[in-house]
Amino acid sequence: MCGIAGYFGDIRKVGDARTILRRMNAAIGHRGPDERDIHVGKGTGLAHTRLSIVGLSDGQQPMANPDGTVWISFNGEVFNYVELRNELIAKGRHFRTGSDTEVILQLYDEMGIDCVDRLNGDFAFAIWDEKRQQMMLARDRMGVRPLFHTMHKGVLFFASEVKALLTVPGIGAAMDPIALDQIFTLWAPIAPRTPFKGISELPPAYRMMIDKRGSEVEPYWRLSFPDRDERLPPRHEAQVAEELRALLEDATRIRLRADVPVGAYLSGGLDSSIVSAMAQRQVKDRLRTFSVTFDSPEHDESAQQQEMVAALGTQHSAIACRDGDIARIFPDVVRATERPVIRTAPAPLYLLSDLVRKEGFKVVLTGEGADEVFAGYDIFKEAMVRRFCARQPGSRIRPHLFRKLYPYLPGLKQQSPDYLAAFFGTGLDRVDDPLFSHGPRLRGTAAAKMFYSGELRAQLQGYDAAAELAANLPPEFPRWHPLHQAQYLETAFLLPGYILSSQGDRMAMAHGVEGRFPFLDHRLVEFAARIPASMKLKGLTEKHILREATRDLLPASIARRTKQPYRAPDSQSFSGEAAPAYVSAALAPNTVADCGLFNPRAVAKLYDKCRRQGISGFRDNAAFIGVLSSQLWCHAFAAGGTIPASHAA
Amino acid sequence: MSQSIEKDVRDFILENFLFGDESRMPDVTESLLEADLIDSTGILELVAYLEQHFGLAIADAEIVPANLDSIASICAFVTAKSKAPAKLVAA
Repeated sequence: MCGIAGYFGDIRKVGDARTILRRMNAAIGHRGPDERDIHVGKGTGLAHTRLSIVGLSDGQQPMANPDGTVWISFNGEVFNYVELRNELIAKGRHFRTGSDTEVILQLYDEMGIDCVDRLNGDFAFAIWDEKRQQMMLARDRMGVRPLFHTMHKGVLFFASEVKALLTVPGIGAAMDPIALDQIFTLWAPIAPRTPFKGISELPPAYRMMIDKRGSEVEPYWRLSFPDRDERLPPRHEAQVAEELRALLEDATRIRLRADVPVGAYLSGGLDSSIVSAMAQRQVKDRLRTFSVTFDSPEHDESAQQQEMVAALGTQHSAIACRDGDIARIFPDVVRATERPVIRTAPAPLYLLSDLVRKEGFKVVLTGEGADEVFAGYDIFKEAMVRRFCARQPGSRIRPHLFRKLYPYLPGLKQQSPDYLAAFFGTGLDRVDDPLFSHGPRLRGTAAAKMFYSGELRAQLQGYDAAAELAANLPPEFPRWHPLHQAQYLETAFLLPGYILSSQGDRMAMAHGVEGRFPFLDHRLVEFAARIPASMKLKGLTEKHILREATRDLLPASIARRTKQPYRAPDSQSFSGEAAPAYVSAALAPNTVADCGLFNPRAVAKLYDKCRRQGISGFRDNAAFIGVLSSQLWCHAFAAGGTIPASHAA
Repeated sequence: MSQSIEKDVRDFILENFLFGDESRMPDVTESLLEADLIDSTGILELVAYLEQHFGLAIADAEIVPANLDSIASICAFVTAKSKAPAKLVAA
């Protein structure tokens, strides 16, 4: 796990190659504090900043093949590198190192660009093939590791984080209004778009080939589900559970491969508990586990964490996210996410990775991905209940089910069935709409657009982010089961665009920590996609088949626990007397006007409401965090909207 | 419809749900939900305001769109409640 950067093209038009590569490396030094190096070739350059995890003494990068004609700069892990290495040795190949990096190099030599098909891992890499005069960029299937690129003066620059690209002379940051609108609708930009105008990301499961003729981007893998009318061979639940268990155990086993100790996040929820339990069974020593706790009871899961720690006997450390912490670190969090966010949920994970690193760990397993792969999120149940209501639109009984879905939302508890029906009734007459499952969420998030400035509205010219998302769906999407459609939307868009990036890679790597996700092993993802929807969401029990497959691993109270979504205190973190001064500065009318994205008067009233009475609803919170993080983004990356230095954290 | 009640309700909507943007003020009969001006928390804010500002006691059974989903229905509800505080008007 590391940071990578590089270029392809005539760098002399831009500056000195070595200086540029070193600057790019320095900007992402947090991703790889252990070693740093560059390679400059003819018309190409690679940079690498290393977090040493596998092949500690011989895995330096950029790495070349024996005759120096193929070079690689690689971020991430190939978890099946042991098996691939053995296969290649059986074919007569010799290895100079014990690293997974060399396995990719040799596999590339063996298979060319199709080598990615054989990799089971979380990776982003660049391979420069001197003989073919061709550069290949590739990114893992689920989008765990990032890779951004931009064309400047005819030179293609790429890097693990945008901040490295911004060190290149002449490359600047300006907000892409479409990306901002996508965040204010979908919570994340639709790849390849990023919030930085002119800077793209390589989408998950894509590779990019670059040579003197130009570049070509193509997918090498795609998430897919069976047609809802497809006759699948009947399978007993017990058999499916058994296969799932075997796959998950293997996914965990290969993710424990490292030359440094591997720990685990333990939130107290089902997914991280399963991963920790499996890992504890496979490691010799007591597993080290880590968690975050909250002052506010509605967010805190300490009791469940302690129950799991006692049950597994792990050696546990927790970091308390106290009332003022989120506001204190939020500017750093936005600098790390490199994109506006509409929730503060990344912030506690920033604190958590700091704890992990200080405790001497570089690698953690997490339960991320289970909710997407096995249908754990409330939005899946919500969509199911909305379809149930759509069949009897006048029913006053059916809307009561919505209250059962969100017991942790006080605003819903007190609502009448009529209002519940009205809130969740969005699009009930359009059950065939591809975005049906996400209708209420999209609508609730988009309400924050009322804070847009006239200038931003003019730039958007009526742009419709939801329509673009719908247009990006695969042609076979309408033939999938409704649950699978909803799973696809979460897995293909929100997972890489927000969960794995803003809450995942960027928060962990800010402190040089690598997250590993057994539930996102592509073998498990493909297997789960073909599990009947009714085994994943059984009635209103989420992740049913996963619970069945792992029931012997956990205390009954954890195994039966209903999904508790990971949330953090939002706007309330920024109100009160202890709020840092930068908040007022970032939301001051002149700062907002300078930035040009939002209506200063409306923002002032929102901030006033926050300070006066606190805001507890989703839409006002999303608006507040979205506006504040956008302002901080402008301050951190773009000219304009500068927060006075004395106030900036 | 009492002009005073209507003005107060409009002012509340303008300040709390429109954040000063008068151009988005709904027509008197327009649905606040349909216009995306209010969510579940917004309903509770509205109820708290009506109780405090007009001195009403609003029962759970009265928190229904028929009473609260437009400026006109809110005004009618407040007027009725003010006249007959002992008899709650359930939808």
